[in-house]
Amino acid sequence: MSPTVVMFVVFVAITLVITYFASGRSKTSRGFYSAHRRISGFQNGWAVAGDYMSAASFLGITGLIAFFGFDGFMYSVGWLVAYLTVLLLVAEPLRNTGKYTMADVISFRNRGRGVRAIAAISTLIITLFYMIAQMVGAGSLVNALIPGFSFNTAIIVVGVLMLVYVTVGGMLATTWVQTIKAGLLLGASALLSVLVLSHYHFSLGDFFAAAANAHGAVGAGTTKSLLQPGLFFSGRWGALDLLSLGIALVLGTAGLPHILMRFYTVPSAKAARTSVAWAMVLIGIFYLLTTFMGFGAATLVGQARIGPHVGSGEAIRYIAHHPAQAPALNADLQRDGYIVPVKNDNLAAIVLAQSLGGDLFLAFIAAVAFATILAVVAGLTIAASSAFAHDIWWTLVRNGEGDEVEQLQVARMTAAVVAVISIVLAIWLKNLNVAFLVGLAFAVAASANVPAIILTLAWKRFNRAGTISGMIAGLVSSLALIAIGPAVMGVDPADAVVRHLIQAPPIFPLANPGLVSVPLGFIAAVVGTLLSRDPESEALYAQLEVRATTGLGAEL
Amino acid sequence: MEHHHLSPGDWESIQADPAFRQLVAMKRRFIVPATIFFLVYYFALPILVGFAPALMERQAIGHLNAAYVFALSQFAMAWILLALYLQRARKFDFMEAQIVRRVRSEFR
Repeated sequence: MSPTVVMFVVFVAITLVITYFASGRSKTSRGFYSAHRRISGFQNGWAVAGDYMSAASFLGITGLIAFFGFDGFMYSVGWLVAYLTVLLLVAEPLRNTGKYTMADVISFRNRGRGVRAIAAISTLIITLFYMIAQMVGAGSLVNALIPGFSFNTAIIVVGVLMLVYVTVGGMLATTWVQTIKAGLLLGASALLSVLVLSHYHFSLGDFFAAAANAHGAVGAGTTKSLLQPGLFFSGRWGALDLLSLGIALVLGTAGLPHILMRFYTVPSAKAARTSVAWAMVLIGIFYLLTTFMGFGAATLVGQARIGPHVGSGEAIRYIAHHPAQAPALNADLQRDGYIVPVKNDNLAAIVLAQSLGGDLFLAFIAAVAFATILAVVAGLTIAASSAFAHDIWWTLVRNGEGDEVEQLQVARMTAAVVAVISIVLAIWLKNLNVAFLVGLAFAVAASANVPAIILTLAWKRFNRAGTISGMIAGLVSSLALIAIGPAVMGVDPADAVVRHLIQAPPIFPLANPGLVSVPLGFIAAVVGTLLSRDPESEALYAQLEVRATTGLGAEL
Repeated sequence: MEHHHLSPGDWESIQADPAFRQLVAMKRRFIVPATIFFLVYYFALPILVGFAPALMERQAIGHLNAAYVFALSQFAMAWILLALYLQRARKFDFMEAQIVRRVRSEFR
């Protein structure tokens, strides 16, 4: 067994033991969905960080910074600032007014079936998209790093493990997996950053001087320093795309169901605030470190050795010493059934680890990356299963009067169905560029969920028609604009390995729909509200405002 | 679940209570300006980077240009706003506890 496999097996063994001990405390819906609301604010802060810092953050941003410099760092900034929205507007009132899911809050004043149904559907769509992106990431990572471990095996291992964590250990096991992973990921990133800085004798001046001398290409023949903006978001629509991305990142986090759900696991709104505070400290440190990892990869390894040359762990080591032979090796790997993306900047962090700390460190970082994916997909699975079992089955099908045992069976079955669907879709979509799915999840969350949550909490007049029209407009517009935008539509050269879903020129120019879909979501919510009156919803505002502000009547 | 026995009229009378109104007003006085501030501060970054690239590409500190310094300052901004909110929230918690205590004695 390779060292990566050994380290990963150790992580899995520890988390399975925790899952076994958590199983006894997941036999009620309160235990299963919210870990009996007994997680401390401090631990929940770590778990929120572990739920949030995905493979897209660790592998994706490091690669984006290594290749596109400043523009990649814009993701880091947006993903931290996003927590101010959570802190100031959402976390505490959500904890005070909801029970297990995001839909609890959105349907607090609008108890009709339609509102809860659409909130649950939005949750399922977001979690499924986010999940597929994570799974495909896991598959390519393992496929690239562990010889003899195929893409499909990796996907199935991830799917089965997340299913075991969630169905056996519920929210408590999921919380521990996320907590441990956050510790591992922060530790690994700090170590990697220190190793990078040690090459510059711990002089930030020298480090940034080297980064300023590393360049990326803009258009044909011209290059630009990595510290300068405009390498990724370039061209006619670059500026608007950057702004549009910012909108989705900064608002979207406050509408991600798997993150919001974590605030129900603590005893009070005050503990929810403490969780956001710790999460902001940890997430902020991590995203600051992406600067050192990303530029470290660009300056110490060099783009030529990260980019097009990706294969097994051996291949990475080999190519690190013989870059000229990379193309031939790529052809061999492809023939052996490996997926070799034309340009896989996702492995920048991994290649950096190999070059700074040798094979053992590479193994450690790869195992951490795999653990990262596992923690995030477990959080997504429990969010999806609560949306189906609690919102759709218990509340809509059984009218809140079914029995507890049945609800938990439905929750576990949902988790199994989600696992199977994700495995099948991930295997089916493995040759597509699925990075846009994370952006899509953020865009749907920002456009459909966030207007509904904020207006429910802050606007007395807001009502059922407004909730439904706002959520549908946000959901449909973000999905449609992504589908006709450059993330899905594009014409690839015949030999491209990772391909666009639709081979035609894009109709909508922006890859990120937030600039259009978020205002649409808000406008539709306001217009829908003003076109109708709903005395019941307005009457319930008194209870909502008192509960949200004081915690009176909050779930204990 | 403990306060589900409160009637709609009870919730309305708490909502109309001057101490409760004061708490809501104080929270709004912090949260609304803080939210506007961080949204303006954050969106100034992509807007300036996208539409005034010449300005943002100028050297600011050492090898760092204005864009990178502004981006790094967002971390400081987020943490400072967090600290300010945590400090202010202690006052909210105090007022909230008083309201909750009174409601519990009145409605039980």
